[in-house]
Amino acid sequence: MDVSALLLSRIQFAFTLAFHIIFPAFTIGLAAWLTFLEALWLATRRPVYRRLFDFWLGIFGVAFGIGVVTGIVMAFQFGTNWSELARRAGSIQGPLLGYESFTAFALEAAFFGVLMFGREKVPRWFYLMSCFMVAAGTSLSAFWIMVSNSWMQWPVGFAMGPGGVFIATDWSAIVFSPVAWVRYPHMILAAYLTSAFCVAATGAWHLLRGSFKSDARVMLRMGLGIAAILVPVQLLFGHLVGDYTHDKQPTKFAAIEARWHDEQPASEVLIAWPDQEHERNRYAVSIPYLGSLIGSMSFHSKEVGLTSFPAADRPPVLIPFFAFRIMVGCGLLMLGLAWFGTLFMTSGGLERKRWFLWATFCSFPLGFIATLTGWFTAEVGRQPWTIYGQVRTADAVTPFLTTPQVAVSLLVFCAIYALIFLAGAVYIYRLLQRGPVQLPSFEGAATNPKRPLSMTGHSPGVRAGAPTLEMGE
Amino acid sequence: MISFWTCALGLSILLYVTLDGFDLGVGMLFPFAPNETARRHMLAAISPVWDGNETWLVIVASILFGIFPLVYSTLLSALYLPLMVMLAALILRGLAFEFRYKSRGFRRFWDFGFTGGSFVAGFIQGTAVGALVEGLAIQDGRYVGGPFGWVSPFALLCGLGLCLGYCLLGAGWLTYRTAEDVQSFAFRLLPRLMVAVLVFLAAIFVLALALDLRVMHRWLEQPELALFPVVGVVASCIFFVAIRKHYPLVPFLCGSALFAAAFGTLAVSFYPYMVPFSITIQEAAAPHQSLAFLFWGAGVFVLPITLVYTLVVYFIFKGKVDPDAEYH
Repeated sequence: MDVSALLLSRIQFAFTLAFHIIFPAFTIGLAAWLTFLEALWLATRRPVYRRLFDFWLGIFGVAFGIGVVTGIVMAFQFGTNWSELARRAGSIQGPLLGYESFTAFALEAAFFGVLMFGREKVPRWFYLMSCFMVAAGTSLSAFWIMVSNSWMQWPVGFAMGPGGVFIATDWSAIVFSPVAWVRYPHMILAAYLTSAFCVAATGAWHLLRGSFKSDARVMLRMGLGIAAILVPVQLLFGHLVGDYTHDKQPTKFAAIEARWHDEQPASEVLIAWPDQEHERNRYAVSIPYLGSLIGSMSFHSKEVGLTSFPAADRPPVLIPFFAFRIMVGCGLLMLGLAWFGTLFMTSGGLERKRWFLWATFCSFPLGFIATLTGWFTAEVGRQPWTIYGQVRTADAVTPFLTTPQVAVSLLVFCAIYALIFLAGAVYIYRLLQRGPVQLPSFEGAATNPKRPLSMTGHSPGVRAGAPTLEMGE
Repeated sequence: MISFWTCALGLSILLYVTLDGFDLGVGMLFPFAPNETARRHMLAAISPVWDGNETWLVIVASILFGIFPLVYSTLLSALYLPLMVMLAALILRGLAFEFRYKSRGFRRFWDFGFTGGSFVAGFIQGTAVGALVEGLAIQDGRYVGGPFGWVSPFALLCGLGLCLGYCLLGAGWLTYRTAEDVQSFAFRLLPRLMVAVLVFLAAIFVLALALDLRVMHRWLEQPELALFPVVGVVASCIFFVAIRKHYPLVPFLCGSALFAAAFGTLAVSFYPYMVPFSITIQEAAAPHQSLAFLFWGAGVFVLPITLVYTLVVYFIFKGKVDPDAEYH
């Protein structure tokens, strides 16, 4: 077994996954928001909802496209780089990811076409349903991914067959695993919050520029309002995820807390520089009793430290420790912004507080950073296991993979993803900057020659009508 | 249960090859289009459906992963480098749809990615099939061929052949979805492409005979396999009649029939092996629990629904394209 092929495979998987997750985190929430806007537009007929819908649909298209093409990479990497994992656990993870492809991926991919190109070709109810289908597809996709990943965090409902093959004995235990059912809402809420802050930040940006004021106002208020409700719920689910980690993955929990030795009562390390080699923290700032309170809701409980486990079973501490703190920091910032924003909304003058608009504008990466660091915490904290307690990462990698092979593929992915990221960021930025296109005249028509026909024969209030199947003939 | 999933896998592969085949084919023909308007028409002819078509590739991968994990882990790791390059190619191809119209000054670059990505993806898929037909070096269920064990003249020839086949499907699709000069452009290309495909098929056949591949013995042993070439010949005849009379869509359907015939030949000659001649379908299958779990939900319920709404989406986007109306 070549150690560097393993290391490079890990880097490649982490890199492609981290890059991929940015886009679903954005589109899951955006799809739900688009459905909401379309329903509001149909119900109220206020043009602002339709303008916002069209505006965000373009951005959704770019992000969704990138999410799809980078997601396909993930479907292959289990076999290319982690063939031992695939051979042994494919019988459990494979069907779960199979459900993802069947129920979610196919659904969203098919209706995405209708969403982007079909408004004029289908009845209104069908278009709204397509929005819903895409939103449902993205959420279902996340569900199956979370079930599969949660099984790797806390494997249940299986027996070991010949050749180390996992045999599922209880599918309902796997699908309805309590771990999956706290981590799934945590992920979905993370996605919703990511989108909510992007929407609010875009609104704040346009308000600061003084452009598209009425639309920007709606974006700012909707984004912050949704976040004000969702952030506290997210903190609650975050706490529940922490609870399961405490009970079921004690090594991960100890790594997050940078707790090297058993403590009773335990203190909580707020910030420190964990020193893995000497098994201690440098420059630690900690609060007594708080560690026991967080871990077990009591002031006297004993909390387990990393040295209670064999060194070969301990995760690296640095990444989970800092990633977790960054995630929580982002969450608290989001809470502050959302609640103060709501306060200013009710007391009036939200749109005049330029410092607050700047703060909201700068908050757009918070959701992405929180999602990524949350995943780093979960995945690095699970090491040295791929399937916790069952399969070590070193045993999961393709045995005959050579270092040059992985080096080449990693370089190719780095180059292509850098390109995608640059281009995607530039195009999304331009779309955001251009702002909502005004109905019914479509101001942007001059710069966008592909658009004009979309309005012929349909004033915004008029029903699109039955499918115009003979278009262009 | 195993037979059901084997059929589902076969169906998914066939759907991927024909559906994304025409997308990739259009991508390959893209630079040969007479002008920018024609290119827009070509892109619009596939942009609402390419995403759904590519999903069949993911479905193929996940059926392999869930139902035949041994094949999934063996094949994908054996074909490491080509698959990575194919994924990169598919990424570039897919991005062109969204990025082409949004770029300023980089359109040529995305066009190049679109065409190059289509060529490379098609070529690698063909090469992989060729390598599989020729037989990968597998001992005791483990691949021993090294990073470039899949390269051979036969496999590379299959790669070229599949590119031509995809072009054929692409041009056939264009006769259906486009009109006027794009359509006549497609009709001009089709006979040449068909002749090239038939020449390649013959060359591959002769080479297979010359190499004395084990697959060939199975063809000689099982005379009922002759059914598939007959289907192919009939499809080719209808094809040339349709070209002469300028019937739209028919060339695409004939091309699909040709693909189905070729695929059927391969599938039957592999049987009961999945990776010839080392892993049988029985050996590859996951434990019964996994098969049943996926069967009662995804197999009985979701797969048919998926097929239905795929059809619905094709119905919505039937007829000629109007890129002005369809571009978002």
